[in-house]
Amino acid sequence: MTELSTPAPAAAPRSQWLDVWDQFKSHRGALMGGVLFVSILALVLVGPFVYWNDAKFVPTGRDFLRLRDMRPIYTALWDSGAKMDWAYPLGTDNLGRDTLARLMFGGRVSIAVGMAAMVLALLVGTLVGVVAGYFKRLDGLLMRLTDLFLALPLLPMILVAAVLFRESLAQAIGPEGGVFVLIVCLIGITSWMPTARIVRGDVLAIKEREFVLAARSVGTTNSKMVIRHILPNVLSPIMVSATLGIATAIIAESSLSFLGFGFPPDFPTWGRLLNDSVDRMILYPERVIFPGLLISLTVLSVNYLGDGLRDALDPRIRGR
Amino acid sequence: MLTFTIRRLILAVPTLLFISLAIFLLLELAPGDPMAQVPLTVPAEVKEKMRLALGLGEPMHIRFWKWLVQFFWIEPQVLIDSLFGTSFAEDKLRVISWQTRSPVMDIVVQRLPQTLSVVGTAYIVAILIAIPIGIYSAYKQYSWFDQLGTFVSMVGFSVPPFFSGVLVIVIFSVQLGWFPSIYDTTHKVTDWESFLYQLKQMIMPVMVLALQITAQLSRFMRASMLDNLNQDYVRTARAKGLGEYVVVMVHVLRNSMIPVVTVIALGIPSIFGGAIITEQVFKVNGIGQLLIGAIQANDLPMVQTLTFIFAVLIVLFNLIADVLYGILDPRIRYD
Repeated sequence: MTELSTPAPAAAPRSQWLDVWDQFKSHRGALMGGVLFVSILALVLVGPFVYWNDAKFVPTGRDFLRLRDMRPIYTALWDSGAKMDWAYPLGTDNLGRDTLARLMFGGRVSIAVGMAAMVLALLVGTLVGVVAGYFKRLDGLLMRLTDLFLALPLLPMILVAAVLFRESLAQAIGPEGGVFVLIVCLIGITSWMPTARIVRGDVLAIKEREFVLAARSVGTTNSKMVIRHILPNVLSPIMVSATLGIATAIIAESSLSFLGFGFPPDFPTWGRLLNDSVDRMILYPERVIFPGLLISLTVLSVNYLGDGLRDALDPRIRGR
Repeated sequence: MLTFTIRRLILAVPTLLFISLAIFLLLELAPGDPMAQVPLTVPAEVKEKMRLALGLGEPMHIRFWKWLVQFFWIEPQVLIDSLFGTSFAEDKLRVISWQTRSPVMDIVVQRLPQTLSVVGTAYIVAILIAIPIGIYSAYKQYSWFDQLGTFVSMVGFSVPPFFSGVLVIVIFSVQLGWFPSIYDTTHKVTDWESFLYQLKQMIMPVMVLALQITAQLSRFMRASMLDNLNQDYVRTARAKGLGEYVVVMVHVLRNSMIPVVTVIALGIPSIFGGAIITEQVFKVNGIGQLLIGAIQANDLPMVQTLTFIFAVLIVLFNLIADVLYGILDPRIRYD
């Protein structure tokens, strides 16, 4: 009697996510983008707890004259007479509010809008994509709907809706919450189409695979099939469009705020801060450059992150 | 090919109807009131008459029908009248702007040249830059030129036009004083001097717009070239002893241009949308600024018409792209 001996594996099998991480690490741009994005997140999330000035504080009386229009501290390098104070590293605006504190506050709002709009767009896009791909009867209808949405002139319609619905939503939820909900919904329901198309394509391909047939033969119901078998397999395109969705949502929100259709000036986002400073950019160019630079860096880092994720999650590239 | 084109043309009609309905309903169901700016001392019956004068008294479906008739039946007649000197549209009610009380289309026609000159130049400049970049970075894949191109196009994707525009204003017009920061639309080109000024004031808006378009187009061109460079027919062409220039610039380029041409066609309407922001930054007195002003002034007929013009452009260029694809690539004829 010979014993069948299976040699013990030398090491524990590598998990899929470890492979993904290894591939991701080899993409230098993505790694740098990730580091940059995390540090910007840390700046706007942790910053206000560490930093001593309050974003909403408006000095009055004599303080107002003393504190307004302060230049950033580095201005002293070439202009020793510039009005600056070490307590206000990036200076103050024309109402004496601290620029750095406002940048942190604006970043919180900008990134929150970006994330929330991305989640909304992803939910709608995945739902439409999965339903269209899985149920043949609804496919034509839902894809025509997607085409129609793609043919809409989105930016003009968002602008119009942002003006028309602002008042009533502000009365219902409050001025800041109302604008937040309005802008997140507007961006969300106008940017789900690419996700829906990608997800539909993937679902159509996965539906024909043997494991789906096997699952069906043991009597899996449609809802279980979608949740247990289809969704995990389309996770990677969804994750990629999630990262890219944050970037487009942040740009869309800043464009709205830049055109004056977004958040109010006392509840600023980066786009709003940029818009407010354009009139005085000849005297104070730094007030335009800081928010613009932050928007650009955030979007750039998220785009690189998405690029790296796309490569890392693609098993055909990962093996090499 | 002809049946395909006709089928797409017919399909475009319900699409446009749906879009016009969506725009109409968006404006209709919004809770704003165009009479909100009227002083409270005005009596209610006078207000009612003012609403009727603005064409607001009728039920919704009648007003939608009236707007459709005005846009698709009366405005084309006006166009024919002005082209051939006929008088089809005499005494017919046109779409009237609430701001200026003059026909909306007349204002649009006044503003169109400014937008077209800036956006059109930017698009041509972008195509001329993007295609050589795309060809070269595909031919020398992973070279330093390719890496640089990838980085620059990533920056072009990521920097929003309202920042790049403001940045070039700060650098080139505030610090260096080379170019004017405001686009003067009343400027007339009469001689060499004024032509130089026109060139100077166009450089910054055109560059800002072109950066964005170049970023997308050059990536697309590169990907398309890479797809073709590894095909069998390229090996055949090289094997029969053709020069490298002929292989790349004639055989590969012609095939790679097929998807790029359709992307160029598809991008034209989105440029009108993107130009809204650039026009705002450089104070170009074009369609985008007209739209922003109309939204702020609650001028609903103007907003409706402009948004619909954008929609027509999108549908039209989608159609053109589809037909172009069929003409250029006989493998993808749809019928």
